[in-house]
Amino acid sequence: MNKRSTTIYWTGFSVILALLIVAPLVLSEFWSRFLTEILIWGLLAMSSDILIGYTGMVSFGHSAFFGLGMYGAAAALLMVKPPNLWLAIVYGLVGSAGIALFVAYFSTRLRDIYFAITTLIFSQIFYVIIFTWTDVTGGENGLTFSRPALGIPGLFSVPFSSETLHWFVLAVVTASYLILRRITQSPFGMVLQSIRENEGRTRAIGYAVERYKIVAVMLSGLFAGLAGVLYAIQNRFAAPDFVYFLVSGETVIFNVMGGIGTLVGPIVGAAFFLLLRETFSRFFTEFYLIPVGVIFIAMVIFMPQGLLGFMRRWLNQ
Amino acid sequence: MSLDPTPMEPLVAVEDVHTYYGKSHILHGVSLHVDRGEVVGLLGRNGVGKSTTLKTIMGLVHPSRGKVLFAGKLVTGLPAHKLARLGIGYVPEDRRIFRLLTVMENLRTGLDRHGITETRKQELLDKAFTYFPVLAERRNQAGGTLSGGEQQMLAIARAMMLEPKIILLDEPTEGLMPRMVSQIREIIEVLHREGVAILLVEQNVPLTLEASQRIYIMEKGAVRHHCAASELKVDDAVVHQYLGV
Amino acid sequence: MTPVLEFLQAIPYDQILIQTVNGIVTGMILALIASGLTLIFGIMDVVNFAHGELFMFGAYMGVVVLAATGSFWLALLLATLIVALIGAALQITTLRPLIGRDPLTTILATFGISLVMQNYALWQFGPVARKIQEPFTGQFTLFYLEYPWYRVLIAGLSAAIIGAFWLFLKYGTYGIWIRATTQDRVMAEAMGIPVSWVYTTVFAIGAGMAAASGVLFGPLVGVNHAMGLDWVLKAFIVVVVGGMGNLGGSIAASIFISLLEAYASIWVSPAQAVIVSFVVLILTLLFRPTGLFVPTPK
Repeated sequence: MNKRSTTIYWTGFSVILALLIVAPLVLSEFWSRFLTEILIWGLLAMSSDILIGYTGMVSFGHSAFFGLGMYGAAAALLMVKPPNLWLAIVYGLVGSAGIALFVAYFSTRLRDIYFAITTLIFSQIFYVIIFTWTDVTGGENGLTFSRPALGIPGLFSVPFSSETLHWFVLAVVTASYLILRRITQSPFGMVLQSIRENEGRTRAIGYAVERYKIVAVMLSGLFAGLAGVLYAIQNRFAAPDFVYFLVSGETVIFNVMGGIGTLVGPIVGAAFFLLLRETFSRFFTEFYLIPVGVIFIAMVIFMPQGLLGFMRRWLNQ
Repeated sequence: MSLDPTPMEPLVAVEDVHTYYGKSHILHGVSLHVDRGEVVGLLGRNGVGKSTTLKTIMGLVHPSRGKVLFAGKLVTGLPAHKLARLGIGYVPEDRRIFRLLTVMENLRTGLDRHGITETRKQELLDKAFTYFPVLAERRNQAGGTLSGGEQQMLAIARAMMLEPKIILLDEPTEGLMPRMVSQIREIIEVLHREGVAILLVEQNVPLTLEASQRIYIMEKGAVRHHCAASELKVDDAVVHQYLGV
Repeated sequence: MTPVLEFLQAIPYDQILIQTVNGIVTGMILALIASGLTLIFGIMDVVNFAHGELFMFGAYMGVVVLAATGSFWLALLLATLIVALIGAALQITTLRPLIGRDPLTTILATFGISLVMQNYALWQFGPVARKIQEPFTGQFTLFYLEYPWYRVLIAGLSAAIIGAFWLFLKYGTYGIWIRATTQDRVMAEAMGIPVSWVYTTVFAIGAGMAAASGVLFGPLVGVNHAMGLDWVLKAFIVVVVGGMGNLGGSIAASIFISLLEAYASIWVSPAQAVIVSFVVLILTLLFRPTGLFVPTPK
């Protein structure tokens, strides 16, 4: 990137970051929470973009990673007293990493559609397990727990307020974004993109494609799990609904709407989708998915590059 | 209003056609025509765009510029199946018969169409089996089990089932034994006698010069030379220049 | 010897036999749904996520026609035709523009369609399940149980529909067109076969088959907007286990998996019996990824 576009980029980044920091102070409770949710779903969508946008592996399994992050955090918060924030994060990440390893194994043996369908079926397997193993997971009703305090054990502990929670989420999501951005722009990220372009050629050049795919899945799973942990902390419950494959489907929708392979795109996509849902809910109540679904289909056909791709072309003219 | 009779327009005319494969500019303004019942040869080295020209006429690729006309009508941009119905038969390089369909079924892809009577279908079939007795023997065998030469026969017979006014032949003798090459030569002769026009793309120069009335020579995506076949000899300078023999 | 005899006596033979029949019945319905799915994939390379919703719509159309005319058979016929037409319309508007693009786009588009259809059904028909009356009641004795004739009918009809379609594919003119298009789309086009209409027809046929299953299965379960979800997942498993694009394979896989699940339900709850199909899938993917019943793994 040349000097000028780098400056533009970081300026834009700082402006948006500043806005997001100030937001909870000016917005109503409702919109503030809404914004926090956008950030969390955005993180989930970003993690999915690593696979879909950068490595070219469509996965419908993100609900499993997300769900296990959520339940992992729940486990920590319910089993260990007093509820510890960092432990929740660790448990959640471990949970999603485990699943990711499992999925990663299959990712190397299956291509394209088979991989997509298999990941979808896997997330359903986990759904069924969580749904029926009532003793451990609370079954249909899920688990509720209290929100941990923000703090470092032994040093300080301060309960989360709506604002501080938002800033915590913002910090985590921003850090994740920067890390992922660094990774995608590194040589590793370049190899991933090369795999997406032409897997055969990449392998022929000498790259151990399998290993790269495994790492990509692990990375994707970890950050998706992190999103799950954040969600659990924000909402104080874990439910099987979030492991249902529809969540994976919605994640993919965010990616497509925003623009795959851009990292920022999926966050924009998540925001766009949630806004559409909010708007249409006013008129269609719970049937908002009818118009939103139609918009999604139209975007797949006419705007396959997503909003970001569309804007990029529009700005370039 | 003119009282002059309309001059016989060519059966197939290609006018200043530019075709791209993605970003590659393959055809740089190709113009040629084939009259009714004529055999026209299209020569040139590998990769100059001969096959692409045939594909453009067949509607399998669409030109970004230029026109394709069939019997005077503009047909640029029409899908291939419409052109097949209009009367263009296509025998591609590497034959592309339907390997998992039987010989009969392959022929039926051309036979089964609107407005053809059962009697006519039988007539066409009998004709195919008379010209290609090998196909009659193997009629219930899967296409993929035929030898290279037999597949070529099937590909030509299949196109004939469409009762086309012109057949586009793309390197029909490639990879065939001399005996089969002369069979191909005979088929071209038979088709010519029946009034079917042929646009013949070939690497086999002597065969082409013998079978055709006119010759086009292409290089780098355009027609560079055009003359009557009788004006050209195999050892001509022109042939050496463009075909590097 | 005695422990062996005890064990043999403890096996619930009658239950196993009943579940065998149940498994075959469910298997045939699944086969009908999966056939449409594997056909659409094998011929058009489209993964139709909306297939379960076409099944669901078929069931609802059955409810509507049944209420209007009182005839189950008319309901079956009309529901199949209506949904086939809907399928054709969907293919023309949303899938044709995507031909030649990345296969991911068709997965996404059909996923979008499934969302719209589900919510549309919820909107129009509400969350309460509807019922389709069987065309006839009547049972025969299968051991100590009264087994309904209707279930046997379903299995038979499904088999008949699949069989009829197979014959059509093998011998009819349009069957040749479809097979030629599957093998070499470009050359089929060059032979005068209108390939895009072949695709539309295939999609419509697949949709019709799904709809027929919906009506046939309707009397056994409640008809509601979410009924497609479970079936589409199972159908996908069947299609992968049977070998994608392999009609015979998906039929065999349907029956195989349904039988296993039926047997499993003797010992565990139905909700848990579905794990069986997941296990079969995983094993297939590990050892025979091209399909359990495909002869040579390529």
